[in-house]
Amino acid sequence: MSVDVAWAQAWIRSSAKVLSEHRAELNTLDREIGDGDHGENMDRGFQAVLPKLDALADAATPGELLKTLAATLISTVGGAAGPLYGTAYLKAAGAVSGAAELDGPAVVALLTAGRDGIVLRGKAESGDKTMVDAWTPAVEAAVEAEAAGASPSLILAAAADAAEAGAVATEPWVARKGRASYLGERAIGHRDPGAQSTALILRCGADAAAQS
Amino acid sequence: MKKLVNDPKNVVDEAVAGFGAAHADIVRVSLDPVFIVRADAPVAGKVGIVSGGGSGHEPLHGGFVGSGMLDAAVPGAVFTSPTPDPILAATKAVDGGAGVLHIVKNYTGDVLNFETAADLAEADEIEVRTVIVNDDVAVKDSLYTAGRRGVAGTVLVEKIAGAAAERGDDLTNVATVAEKVIGQVRSMGVALTPCVVPHAGEPSFTLADDEIEIGIGIHGEPGRERIKLEPADAIVDRILGPILDDIPYASGDKVLLFVNGMGGTPQVELYIVFRRAAEVLAERGIEVTRTLVGNFTTSLEMQGMSITILKLDDELTALWDAPVHTAALRWGK
Repeated sequence: MSVDVAWAQAWIRSSAKVLSEHRAELNTLDREIGDGDHGENMDRGFQAVLPKLDALADAATPGELLKTLAATLISTVGGAAGPLYGTAYLKAAGAVSGAAELDGPAVVALLTAGRDGIVLRGKAESGDKTMVDAWTPAVEAAVEAEAAGASPSLILAAAADAAEAGAVATEPWVARKGRASYLGERAIGHRDPGAQSTALILRCGADAAAQS
Repeated sequence: MKKLVNDPKNVVDEAVAGFGAAHADIVRVSLDPVFIVRADAPVAGKVGIVSGGGSGHEPLHGGFVGSGMLDAAVPGAVFTSPTPDPILAATKAVDGGAGVLHIVKNYTGDVLNFETAADLAEADEIEVRTVIVNDDVAVKDSLYTAGRRGVAGTVLVEKIAGAAAERGDDLTNVATVAEKVIGQVRSMGVALTPCVVPHAGEPSFTLADDEIEIGIGIHGEPGRERIKLEPADAIVDRILGPILDDIPYASGDKVLLFVNGMGGTPQVELYIVFRRAAEVLAERGIEVTRTLVGNFTTSLEMQGMSITILKLDDELTALWDAPVHTAALRWGK
């Protein structure tokens, strides 16, 4: 149940597996309101980090692994998702650097820094129909769960639930950032692919904590 | 869908390798990371010009690398921005000590990756300036979108900025010239058919046999509206309107008229389009003094075209006429 370097290994590996399994689904969501490559790009980036994780078997902190993930995504994903997720993991790594095991406040700090990194890079706000609409509810749910005294693993579960609900909530919206913003009202009825990949990734984080 | 590819994953690498082999007199290519530079790069004392973006728009940008235009092009995966690493490597490869201009089409991914690469280059003490091309009038430029897209007008920005760098302008002047072109160039396109991204294997969108998409982007992203197919002249009138309404034109203004094919439309149709566009401009008293017709900013095998109009003055005309020697555009010398 501890959120430590073994958890970070499990989180990244299961993210790679789940993103690979959902590659076609993410491509389809992206084809409807973007350019159809989000699943492809995320899969390429997370597959590229797997060999590096093997080499980091001796890493002592989650921060080290997240930093490697960030650099790998920035240099392999391309598109908007590469810099956005890359910055998220980089800031998340910075927020917990040095900590071998993350307590509740550290988990909240990790998620908050990740979200803030995406907002900093992409300049999107809540309601723009982007991945921020999964991240921000996740951060808010994590803050609330932590305040209520939840364990790190339950904080991650609350964040994952909120991210999934947040991704679904983007469906009826018009997009105001990213390529979907060119569609105007034609984006209505389609879930944002970035919000969906965020929901998948945060669910992997929660599952990894529940199992470790 | 039939395509001349091997493993779809290798499309860009194999195309770039072939491009390098075919044009070894003009360019050198790097395959890891993937970028294309002019054969004599870096040119000492000259501002380097780097552009790039997703593949699938050929000859943009690699076809425009060479004397008088780009120093480097950085192709990403098909329709996906390149990552910062190759952009940084290309920037270093063309830095002749006078700084480097990045010409970036306005797409969120391109802007973010070039921004990151520019930060890294600055950390290596290479001065970088960036201009963002956003010529597509089909998209409303407002707080509520990612802004107008960069489309075929990019070719004109690259040619004219390239000429400014070649004549010895400093980085500030080259950037100023590029911004001037961006301020005066407007485009809009139409698609008759969708395109198929190799690794996706299915069309990026669907259009019925009798439908066309007005205001298409160069990745098959939808534009303003979907209508029934009309005669060529009516389609030209539809897309010229928003282009000409976007910046003020007076009788006697001189322009460059550029009819660009999206990849799957034959030249014979592009000239029918050109004929009507020239007619409309003549009716408005606008003088077409320079022209370009052909497939220069494509969207894979999409059928369709875009019209670009650049308002010219003496300086821009002289820079347009300056010698250029690239795989896809060459004159003068």
